[in-house]
Amino acid sequence: MKERISLEHGEGGELTHRLIRELFVEHFGHHDQARLDAALLTLPAGKIAYTTDTFVVSPPFFQGGNIGKIAVAGTVNDLAVSGAHPLYITCGYIIEEGFPLDALRTIVETMAEEAKKSGVRIVGGDTKVVEKGSADGIFINTAGIGVIPPGEELHPEEMEEGDAVIVSGTVGDHGVAILAARGELGITTEMKSDCTSLYPLISNVRKASQGIRMMRDPTRGGLATTLVEICEDFHVTMEIEENAIPVKREVSGACDILGLDPLYLANEGKVILIVRKGEEEKVLQALRETEEGREAALIGRVTRRGEGKLFLRMPLGSTRRIYRLSGMQLPRIC
Amino acid sequence: MEPILKEVQDAGLGQSLLREVIRLADRFKEKYGHPPAYMEVCGSHTHALARTGIKRALKDHVRLISGPGCPVCVTDQKTIDAMIALTEGENRIICTFGDMLRIPGSKGSLLKAKTEGKDIRVVYSPSDSVRIAKENPDNEVIFLGVGFETTIPVLGIALKEAWEDGVKNFSMWVTTKLVEPVVRYLLDSGEAKLDGFLLPGHVSVVLGKNQYSYLVDEYGVPGVISGFEMNEMLSSIYLLIELGLKEEAKIINNYKSVVKDEGNPQALTIMETFFTPNDEAWRGIGVIPKSGLDIREEYRSLNAKIRFPVTVGEPIKTKCRCGEIIRGLVGPEDCPLFGKACTPMKPIGPCMVSSEGSCSAHYKYLRE
Repeated sequence: MKERISLEHGEGGELTHRLIRELFVEHFGHHDQARLDAALLTLPAGKIAYTTDTFVVSPPFFQGGNIGKIAVAGTVNDLAVSGAHPLYITCGYIIEEGFPLDALRTIVETMAEEAKKSGVRIVGGDTKVVEKGSADGIFINTAGIGVIPPGEELHPEEMEEGDAVIVSGTVGDHGVAILAARGELGITTEMKSDCTSLYPLISNVRKASQGIRMMRDPTRGGLATTLVEICEDFHVTMEIEENAIPVKREVSGACDILGLDPLYLANEGKVILIVRKGEEEKVLQALRETEEGREAALIGRVTRRGEGKLFLRMPLGSTRRIYRLSGMQLPRIC
Repeated sequence: MEPILKEVQDAGLGQSLLREVIRLADRFKEKYGHPPAYMEVCGSHTHALARTGIKRALKDHVRLISGPGCPVCVTDQKTIDAMIALTEGENRIICTFGDMLRIPGSKGSLLKAKTEGKDIRVVYSPSDSVRIAKENPDNEVIFLGVGFETTIPVLGIALKEAWEDGVKNFSMWVTTKLVEPVVRYLLDSGEAKLDGFLLPGHVSVVLGKNQYSYLVDEYGVPGVISGFEMNEMLSSIYLLIELGLKEEAKIINNYKSVVKDEGNPQALTIMETFFTPNDEAWRGIGVIPKSGLDIREEYRSLNAKIRFPVTVGEPIKTKCRCGEIIRGLVGPEDCPLFGKACTPMKPIGPCMVSSEGSCSAHYKYLRE
């Protein structure tokens, strides 16, 4: 019979001990830290970047990844887009009683693998098991620490007219992959989530150009909401071109059918870069050298300082203002 | 597929089409003393005209009027109250399309009922609710079936599945609407002065081109069946103006790749098998005889209205002008609540809730 997580796995006794030793410590390789109540870390000089995020993906497995991959990639990405070199991650699990142990093992293996891509170490964690019905399979919280060495800080406040707005690839892939995995599309699609750690890509781009003013990963709320936030937070007005935004045919097709807007769909492996005017070609070239950045595109410009509005230029030539997503995107009737 | 898609989305072609539409519309105005006025009956057109920028680009040249084509927007307040009241029964799972969740009733909304612990699930297809019924034999699963001719066959398929599989704990609360009776109502009332109709692509896939002959034969009004891509809509508007200038009333099928003269016989058969015409109440209009379909008597065990009757009082009146908006009498910005008390986050009227509603399209795409 398939082995499942039981309440005893969370009671702190023998089963908990085995789970930690044989699964988490084994895959994450943090033997030294596991002997103490806290991980003792050495940090190089620089500004510390520290972030936390909680992952409640339903279903936990989907085309292109699983909740563990997102949990590591998401935290690595939050550090990387802040300009930091990600160093350490901790993870807390809330597991529903009855969750298959094999599935947990796969999630943990994926996390270890994903961490290796960016050279981050998973140095600690926590496990809680809750009664059946109290959670949706598995929830993961991760926290990450990274360092921004002196001189490598980003300066978003210096954004100015003419700066380029670049996206590292097609938008909406993750949103559609999740809808498909939930069986909510009513159509079959092989659409894979773009979920990945962006640190290697970002390192490559930063080596190629000193002109990156700021970066954000457009996760929940998608490209549109993320850009609106940048405009409002840093008081710049931007104009983006609808025709220049890369969207996969499968994604635009699914959106047409369901009445969703790909610009508001979640991404888990894309970065938006605001780049000093004149540096855009270097950045695009460095992005396109990598697999994840092959479809990178220049999608617009900062048009002026002040106001903090985002505009979309439509194919007919006129522009309209873009706002952040109001509530949830809900599928339409016909 | 690729070349067609490129053509309907091609920006260069769109810009030259736009120039031609404006040139023709201005000639129309010269000839008749007013700009041409067309009603799009379909909510998806309302949405697409705003999203692509066509509505804004034609603002001073062509009046594009949103009609009663969004199924959520035309649902009567009392019906919405009844649907929300339906959630109060024990052991019920209410399944619905996403658009319905936030529609405010006199007391809360389905979303509010959901947050209060009622089992309300958003499904993308009515057949999913039959599956949910099979998986939950101890619960009564009720699907809220709202929609026009585009959706009715899909509701029929779910009823067919439930009937053939003998699913006893499934039923449907149907409040569907038909295009022809409401178009006739609008033309008979003469309230909105129209020079033609941008006819709905999706509905026409089911019903076919031939069913619009009444527009020409009885009212002398032209219509063009249109797809939803930018250039499809622009070319359809162009054709409408051209018909007006030639003083010719006829129906043009400008969506030939999917709309046939006779429609979709399988969809029509399933509609005929499971549904029968009934008098439906339309928001802002009232009851229009035989303007909707309900489940046929022989399938009464699948009819939630019969199995779970609910009584609701008269709805609370608000200043919302959705009723006049769907009749094409006023625009969203004429409503005192628009963008102030009524926003997509806290909608007061259904035109703001539904992604196909004219207030929602206006709020999202045309707000400065």
